[in-house]
Amino acid sequence: MTGRPRSLPAPVAAFVRNTTVRFLTRRLIYSAVVLAGVMVVVFSLVHLVPGDPIRIALGTRYNPEAYEALKVASGLDKPLWRQFFAYFGNAVTGDLGVSFRNGSPVTVNLLDRLPATASLAGIGLVIALLISLPAGIWSALHEGRFSDAIVRISSQFGVSIPDFWMGMLLITLFSSMLGWFPSSGYTAFTEDPVQWLRHVTLPAVTVGIVAGAIMTRYIRAAVLEVVAMGYVRTAKSKGLEPAVVTFRHIVRNSLIPVLTIAGIQLATILGGVIVVEVVFAWPGLGRLVFDSVAARDYPMIQGAVLLIAALFLLINLIVDVLYAVVDPRIRLS
Amino acid sequence: MTTTDIETDPPRKRVAAWRLLLSNPVTVASVLILLLIVVVALVGGWLAPYGINETNVANALQPPNGRHWLGTDDLGRDILSRILVATQVSLRVAVVSVAIALAAGLLVGVVAGYLRGRIDTVLMRVVDVMFAFPVLLLAMAIVAVLGPGLTTTMLAIGVVYTPIFARVARAATLSVAVEPFVQVSRTMGTGNGYILGRHVLPNIAGTMIVQTSLSLAFALLAEAALSFLGLGVQPPQPSWGRMLFDAQGFLGQAWWMSVFPGAAIFVTVLAFNLAGDGLRDVLDPKQRTMLEARRNR
Repeated sequence: MTGRPRSLPAPVAAFVRNTTVRFLTRRLIYSAVVLAGVMVVVFSLVHLVPGDPIRIALGTRYNPEAYEALKVASGLDKPLWRQFFAYFGNAVTGDLGVSFRNGSPVTVNLLDRLPATASLAGIGLVIALLISLPAGIWSALHEGRFSDAIVRISSQFGVSIPDFWMGMLLITLFSSMLGWFPSSGYTAFTEDPVQWLRHVTLPAVTVGIVAGAIMTRYIRAAVLEVVAMGYVRTAKSKGLEPAVVTFRHIVRNSLIPVLTIAGIQLATILGGVIVVEVVFAWPGLGRLVFDSVAARDYPMIQGAVLLIAALFLLINLIVDVLYAVVDPRIRLS
Repeated sequence: MTTTDIETDPPRKRVAAWRLLLSNPVTVASVLILLLIVVVALVGGWLAPYGINETNVANALQPPNGRHWLGTDDLGRDILSRILVATQVSLRVAVVSVAIALAAGLLVGVVAGYLRGRIDTVLMRVVDVMFAFPVLLLAMAIVAVLGPGLTTTMLAIGVVYTPIFARVARAATLSVAVEPFVQVSRTMGTGNGYILGRHVLPNIAGTMIVQTSLSLAFALLAEAALSFLGLGVQPPQPSWGRMLFDAQGFLGQAWWMSVFPGAAIFVTVLAFNLAGDGLRDVLDPKQRTMLEARRNR
């Protein structure tokens, strides 16, 4: 040691000083801490069950051999602290245990169901954006007018409609009465794209209308905030064409918060599609959680909750990172 | 600002909160609808023309008619009677679960926001973890663990909405805690309990009232969703969500089985949302200034 503080090589020092890198590191550590907390909660679920979870899960199928076999397979025969570390270690490597119902690996079941939920949530979000972007922007640009009132009332209606009821109404009208779309079922896109589209339409419209109503309110608020900005007044007063002010100054700048809103909505849709999947017998993660709760299949419930919560965190992380890349004020704050 | 400006500025009129509230026809209408719903919840049992579990298979799946205004279900039960009686169950679940969330969230939020430091960090990380779970999923997981039923439903919804109240209460407490009157009280050596009760709680009450009103709407939706999934209120007790669950198999044959209970949920949630928005306009200082300016114009 020379006594002089050792300095990092210049490129490394620059990397560490970089505000984006520091922001990303902070955000990653935060997500990891929250994820660890999520895992503790998920692990605790099965231990909070009053009584013996395996006995409850087996129900009428109970016999001593099946009981012992399931207990060993699920690791519930080991001391609590060993179970805890085993669950953590296995979960990190993608092993979420075996189903109480049929003994199959939870991870395989979850991955089987993920594409159906992802396609429903994705198409639902696209429909929500198609509704909320024009409605929110139009409403904000015509604040206080009749059309603004119509948009605001419609979005208030959309926010208050239970999504499963909306699904039932759509089935009654478009499936039972008009016969345009099937009321339930699923066809993979890779098998038959036309049938996939026919099946996904009603559930996706259900998801899209409710999410679109919420997003319309946020987008309207985001645009109104930009409209009140000094640079918009300057652009108007220097005589720019109204269309130029609208699209180049107002809409472009209000698209940044829209990114966050869309991300948060996607995460919310992923967690909220459970009931819509049940209404339309859509074989996604939500339907799996529903069936698992009915069957007291605790490892499956734990796995699904963990996966959805992890996706929720991941989407929020991506949104924050994108937001920081787009808007430097965020990472500097 | 010049002297002339000051002289010509009209004196700012303070308008009573309830006057502002009553000046908005939408808020007035939604509050009246809510009052009506509360009355129905209280006396629904007497208003119901038929018994809620009075089955009559010969009379099953009747469309709305003079004897059964909203029709009958697959067991011949009168839908209007069931909707009227279910009002109390749905409102009770919403009110109790929001009360749980409010009490727990307020405690966590005020303690974290007022004491700051390590307690704040720990409490808020716990809140962050709870926020990572989608609301309905966490409620379902709690019901899966504790078993379905009325009490579990209230507890589950109460737990999942606690983090929202905690964050709102913390943010409101943080802004009040830096106010000079709180600082002076602290400097004078006033006890924390007195400061919280005398200065902090009254000043964050408005924010919490708004959050409560809006949360009642969400709690009602969550109860309906859980009951629709067969995890909430259990038969023979009727609930709007459970009625929709029962209607699932009859969408093509009996539209009235799904339309009317759903409409009851929709109208109640809408009324809570609109009343909440009206309250926010009056109790949020920023919104209130705009309203007052518009009124004084």
